[in-house]
Amino acid sequence: MTASDARPISRRDWLLSERPASRMQARLGRAYVAWRRFSANRLAFLGLLIIIALLVIAALAGVLAPYSPTFGDLKNARLLAPSAEHWFGTDDLGRDILSRILYGSRWTLYVVILVAIIAAPIGLLVGTVAGYAGGWTDAILMRITDIFLAFPKLILALAFVAALGPGIENAVLAIAITSWPPYARIARAETLTVRNSDYIKAVQLMGASPFRIVLRHIMPLCISSLIVRVTLDMAGIILTAAGLGFLGLGAQPPLPEWGTMIASGRRFVLDQWWVAGAPGFAILIVSLGFNLLGDGLRDALDPRSGDQ
Amino acid sequence: MSAVEKEVAAGRGSARAVAIASSLGRFLVIAITTYLGLLAVTFFIGRVIPIDPVLAVLGDRAPANVVERTRREMGLDLPLVEQFYIYVKNALSGNFGVSVLTTNPVMTDIRRALPATTELATLGTLIGALFGVPLGVLAAVRRGSLIDQIVRVIGLIGYSVPIFWLGLLGLVLFYAKLQWVAFPARLDIVYEYTFTPITGFYLLDSAMQGQWDVFYDAFRHIILPASLLGYFSLAYISRMTRSFMLNELSQEYIVAARAKGLSETRIIWGHALRNAAVPMVTVIALSYAGLLEGSVLTETVFSWPGIGLYITNSLQNADMNAVLGGTIVIGSVFIAINLLSDLLYRVLDPRTKVR
Repeated sequence: MTASDARPISRRDWLLSERPASRMQARLGRAYVAWRRFSANRLAFLGLLIIIALLVIAALAGVLAPYSPTFGDLKNARLLAPSAEHWFGTDDLGRDILSRILYGSRWTLYVVILVAIIAAPIGLLVGTVAGYAGGWTDAILMRITDIFLAFPKLILALAFVAALGPGIENAVLAIAITSWPPYARIARAETLTVRNSDYIKAVQLMGASPFRIVLRHIMPLCISSLIVRVTLDMAGIILTAAGLGFLGLGAQPPLPEWGTMIASGRRFVLDQWWVAGAPGFAILIVSLGFNLLGDGLRDALDPRSGDQ
Repeated sequence: MSAVEKEVAAGRGSARAVAIASSLGRFLVIAITTYLGLLAVTFFIGRVIPIDPVLAVLGDRAPANVVERTRREMGLDLPLVEQFYIYVKNALSGNFGVSVLTTNPVMTDIRRALPATTELATLGTLIGALFGVPLGVLAAVRRGSLIDQIVRVIGLIGYSVPIFWLGLLGLVLFYAKLQWVAFPARLDIVYEYTFTPITGFYLLDSAMQGQWDVFYDAFRHIILPASLLGYFSLAYISRMTRSFMLNELSQEYIVAARAKGLSETRIIWGHALRNAAVPMVTVIALSYAGLLEGSVLTETVFSWPGIGLYITNSLQNADMNAVLGGTIVIGSVFIAINLLSDLLYRVLDPRTKVR
């Protein structure tokens, strides 16, 4: 090493160095700055904790749940009020509601992750291709995007599921089909800001194909704004999935999906409110977590849009 | 005015006319392609995805010649493009076929259900705007204060809570426990037979006919679902108002107004809010469209006989004509509100005018 050997530099200085010596150092430095901004935001931190808790619960549901999520004690434990034995009470089939909620976290994650995996790449592809190609390709792709953007999402998802048949996979598909347009919009906007920059020109001069430019040099730059947007959309995805479940079109009964649980608790809601009450509360907490996390990520990664 | 000035003015006028014509043309292109897109998607859902519609009508034990004849009668032997053409023509004339469930033409059912949905969504938006705008303004003016935090929490919960669940809890509390509101329906059964609606908006109809007991009853039925929808639009409206107001309050004309010695009330409500009003119109319109869509869940919880309930009932009975008809109608209104609010924004905002 050179001059910096003279005095020992702290890890912080190394991370915040103006002249990173390696790609790795630059990346770690950027991540460090973002993390500092993020963790200074207490609500965002709370959101992160909620999501981590959700991941842990989903992973360890089998260990944490005191009872079986699918088999209940029909003889002795129907519609019991919350107590020390059953913290959230039991449902009409004598199943422990807490256990069902713990297992239900898996289905929430399943829906959220699958929708993100399907919808985000579609949006990314459409947006970057439209932005980079320009001209007619851009006009046509963006017109299609705008058309989908103008649709009522929930109603369209309903119609899709009605045609495909109820079930959690079809609900995921229907939500994904209706939620990619905003990602395409964002990816296109990001692409437009970089497509005429010098480094893209340089790559073009070196003879890179448009395919390679979009894939290797444009898409990576769109990722961070896309992640923010996807995180912010998670709450909406959870609510739509729960809504489909509530209407009997998402996950089907014995499955402990939270929306479906609310639907089956609806019949006794006036007398045994906890059957529908507890899963709804779980949905509220998790959506809140994603919203707080998304807000925090947006502020951390893009300080310009701070207060919107 | 000199000849030159006149010429310039005339030139400006015609340039403006051209600009208006071209933006109107653009608007029409967007409107038409969006509607065609909606119809294409519903066509795709209805014709391409499900099992053979002929078998859906006849059952799978029908003899082959009957299947063939029905297929021809339904126009399903035509090329797909021609089928789509017929579909668009039918949809434009409001012909969505017959509902299997009610045996009425789908359009008749929808016409009966639409006022219920509109009444609910309108009242919801009114509540949302009436409370949401002042709350957003207060949050922006006293930024970082307790009221700002409260507005923020209200907004966050509004974005995170499942509407149907909140509706159920509302029923438990306000109907079952406190008895403040009436059971889920539009009217008490007594009035269902004595009251003849004119417009289909029960609050309006009963007030016009001077039947105040009916009005009170309708109010007791609508207030809970409307407040619920109002809360959701409040969450959205207050958040957007806050951000628009913060934007306006940081502008230099506010400093100028303060330097002139205007009262703070005048500055906030007269100057800043007036300038924030233009984007507000768009936000309120969008929240109205959102409530129309959200009606599917709310109406199911509150047994509200609107389009949302019609769609969900039809869904449960695999009545695809009704589902797609309802989807097209709500989709059309949604798209229309989207486009019109965009147009309104252009008309109202002086900055978007061509000089």
